[in-house]
Amino acid sequence: MSDASYIRTAMVPEQPAPNSAIGPVRWARDNLFSGWFNTLLTLVAAYVVWTLLQHIWPWFSHSVWEAESLQDCRRIIIERHGEGATGACFAVINERWKQFLFGFYPPELYWRPVLAFVLMLTALVPILFSAAPRRMLWLSVAFPGLAYWLLWGGSIFVPVVVYAGFVVGWLILQTVAARFSTLLGMIAAVFGALIWWLYVAGPVAGMLDFATLRPVPSQRFGGFMLSLVIGVTGISFSLPIGILLALGRNSDMFFVKTICVGFIEFIRGVPLITLLLVASFLLNIFLPPGTDFDIILRVIIMVTLFASAYMAEVVRGGLAALPSGQYEAANALGLDYWKSMRLIIMPQALKISIPGIVNTFIGLFKDTTLVAIIGLLDPIGLTTAVRADSNWNGIIWEIYGFIALIFFLFCYGMSQYSQYLERKLATDHR
Amino acid sequence: MNGVEIPAEPFRFSMLIYDTRYRSLTIQVFAVLAFMLAAAWLVNNTVQNLAALGKDFDFGFLGERAGYDIGQTLIPYTNDSTHARAALIGILNTLLIAITGCIAATIVGVFAGIMRLSPNWLVAKLASIYVEVFRNVPLLLWIIGIMAVVTELTPAPSAFRGDDPAASMLFGDSVAITNRGVYMPWPVFGDGWQIVVATFIASLAAIWAFGRWARARQEATGEILPTFWIKLGLFILPTLLVEFLAGSPITFSFPVLERFNFEGGGFVDKAFLALWLALSLYTGAFIAEIVRAGILAISRGQSEAAAALGLRPKRIMNLVILPQALRVIIPPLISQYLNLTKNSSLAIAVGYMDVRATLGGITMNQTGRELECMLLLMGFYLIVSLTISSVMNWYNASVSLKER
Repeated sequence: MSDASYIRTAMVPEQPAPNSAIGPVRWARDNLFSGWFNTLLTLVAAYVVWTLLQHIWPWFSHSVWEAESLQDCRRIIIERHGEGATGACFAVINERWKQFLFGFYPPELYWRPVLAFVLMLTALVPILFSAAPRRMLWLSVAFPGLAYWLLWGGSIFVPVVVYAGFVVGWLILQTVAARFSTLLGMIAAVFGALIWWLYVAGPVAGMLDFATLRPVPSQRFGGFMLSLVIGVTGISFSLPIGILLALGRNSDMFFVKTICVGFIEFIRGVPLITLLLVASFLLNIFLPPGTDFDIILRVIIMVTLFASAYMAEVVRGGLAALPSGQYEAANALGLDYWKSMRLIIMPQALKISIPGIVNTFIGLFKDTTLVAIIGLLDPIGLTTAVRADSNWNGIIWEIYGFIALIFFLFCYGMSQYSQYLERKLATDHR
Repeated sequence: MNGVEIPAEPFRFSMLIYDTRYRSLTIQVFAVLAFMLAAAWLVNNTVQNLAALGKDFDFGFLGERAGYDIGQTLIPYTNDSTHARAALIGILNTLLIAITGCIAATIVGVFAGIMRLSPNWLVAKLASIYVEVFRNVPLLLWIIGIMAVVTELTPAPSAFRGDDPAASMLFGDSVAITNRGVYMPWPVFGDGWQIVVATFIASLAAIWAFGRWARARQEATGEILPTFWIKLGLFILPTLLVEFLAGSPITFSFPVLERFNFEGGGFVDKAFLALWLALSLYTGAFIAEIVRAGILAISRGQSEAAAALGLRPKRIMNLVILPQALRVIIPPLISQYLNLTKNSSLAIAVGYMDVRATLGGITMNQTGRELECMLLLMGFYLIVSLTISSVMNWYNASVSLKER
C-alpha cells in the first residue's frame, strides 16, 4: 500500500478571516454603509460634522488664556495667527473663574464654601452608595447645619438649637406615645417643636454666643456656589415634604387629600418664575408686618415648595408601582399606618423612584438659573456684570460656553448616576 | 338566627383617638382646622401689610391706559389701550409661542428619537449628542445663547443693499434673514377670499369623508386604494383651482428693501425667533427620549409576531407598533407640552412680550399692583395647565388597558 489516501489526514491550518469581515472595515460596513440609504445618511452626517468642526476648531485652537482685555486678546491672536484670524478669548475665564464659582464671597474665606462642598460630597456617599458604612449617615444628618454655619458664619449654636428642636419633638413623641397614643404623640411633638423654635431657640442661641465664624451676608453669595446652595437645600428639604404630600394624596381622608392635591396641582400648574416673583415681591406681604428676611432664604423657600410638589408626584409614582399585595400584607401583619409605611412601603417605593428623584434634582439644579431674572448673581446673572466691564465688553461665547460646560458636567454626571441606579435596581428580567 | 348579634358599642370619647373608624375623622378635623388657621393667618397678614402700605385690593387698574408699546401684537394695540388689552396681547403671544413651539418640538423630537435608534452609528451618535447637550444645559442659557447667535451671526438689513451686497435673500428674493428678524412673503386677502377659504375647508371635510369611505370599502371588499395620493390631491387641487377661477383673490406680498428697512410681507421678530428655536430644540431633546423609550417599550415579539402574520414593514409600524407605542408616548409628551408652555415665561430674557412680560412685568411695575397681577398671572397659567392635563387624563382613560 502506498501512502496515498483519498481523505485528508492532517488539518488545514486555520485561515484568517477575510479583511472585509473583521476589524474596522467590517464595523464600517455594518454600521455606516449597509445599503444605499445608510450610506447617504452617513455622508450627510459626516458633512454636517465636518462643517461644524471647520467653524469651531480654528476658534478653539487660536484661543488665548493670558490677556488683560478683549482688545488685548484680539491683538495677540492676530500677532500669532496672522491678519483676519479669530479665536476664543479664554483669558476672561482665567481672570474671572473665582467670581463664577463664589460670586462676591470674601476671597480670604474661600476655604469655607470649599470645605462645605467637600463635606457635601462626603455626606452624599452613604446616601448614594449602599456599600458605604452606615455610621456615615450621621454626617449626612449633621451636614445641613454644618454647611449653614460654614457658609453664612455666625455662632455654631444657631444650627445646634435648630437641631435641638427635632430632639425635643422626638422626646415628646416618645413620652406621649408610650403613655397615650401615637397620634396624640405626633400632634404634641409638632406643637412642642414649634414652640421650641418660635420662643426658646432664639434666646438660647443668643446666650451661647461663642464658636463664631465671621458672618457673610447673603448679598455676597453668587456664582455656582449660589446655584448649589439653592439646589441642594431645595432638594433635601423637598424630599420629606414630597413624601408627606404623596402619602396625603394617596390617603382615604377626603380633606387631607383635597389639601394635598390642591397644593400639588397649584404648584405644578404655574411656572417657577412666577413663584420666584412672588418670593421677590409678595412673600413679605404674606408674613407678619415687619418681617424682612433675605432674598436667598425667600428664594430657597419657594424653590423647596416647587420641588416638593414634583417630588410628591415622583414618590406617588413609586407608591402606585407597588403591588397592592404589599399594602395588604403589611395590614395583615397588624402594623399600624406609620409602621407599615416606614418598614414595608416606603423602602420599596423610594427605591423605585430614585431615578425620578435624581431627574427632579437635575431639573431643579438647571432651574436655579432662573434666579438671575429676579436679580440674584448666579452664573448667568454674573455674565451681565462681566460683559458690562469695559475690558470684556463684547465677549459672549467664552463665558456662556464655560457656564454651559459646568452645568453639563454636573447634570450629565447625575443622569449617568441615575442610569447606573436604574440598572442596579432593575430586578425584572426581560 | 344566622349569626351572633353584636351589641352596639356605646360611643366613648376615647374612641376618637383609639378607634380607627373615628380616628380619621379626628385627623381630618385637625387638618382642616390647621389649614384654616394658616389661611386666616396669611390673609390677616396680607390685609395688615396692605393697609400699612396704603394699598387696596382692586382690579380697576386693568381699565386704565397702559402707556407702553409692544413689539409683536396679534390684534390691534396702541399704547393708548388699557392694561387689560396689554394682558390679552401677552396671553395671545404666550399661546402663539406655546403652540408653534409644541409643533416644532414634536417634529424635532420625533426625528431625533428615531435617529437615536438608527442602525447607522454616526447618525445615532449625532442624535444622542444633541439630546444630551440640550437636556443637560439650562434652558435660560439656551435662550440667551440662541438670541446671541441670531443677533451676532445674521446680517443687518443694510447688508442687502448695493450691486454686490454682503448678504442675499433666500428662495428667489422672498425671504430675508436679518439681525432684526425674518422678513418673508405674507398672504394678502383680496375681495372674495372667503370662497377660497371655504373651498379649502370643504376639501378638508372631503378628505375626512373619503378616508372613512375608503376604510369601509376596504373592510367590505379587501381592496386597498392609494389613499395618500388621492388625499394629497384633494388637499391641494380644489383650492388652487378656485383661486385661479376666482381671479386670485389671495395674493402674496413680498418684502422689498426700502430706504431704512424691508417693507411689505410678513415680519417675525428676532426675539420670537430665538425663543421659539430655543424652546423647541430644548423640549425636542426631551421628546426624543420619550419617543425612543416608547418605541423600545414595545417588545420585539410584537413586531416578530406581526411579521409572522405576513404583514409588510410599513403595516407592522402602522398597525402594531405605533398604536401600542403611542399609548406609552402620549402622556409624557403632553406633559412636555405643558412644560414648554410654562417655560415660555422665560421670554423676558430676550424681551419677547408674553403675558409674564406684560401683565407680570411692565403693568405690575407701573401700577404697583403686585398681588392682583400675580393672582391673574398664576390664574392664567393654572387654567392652561389644568386644561392640558384634563385632556391628558381623558386620553389616558380612553386608551388605558382594561385590566382586572
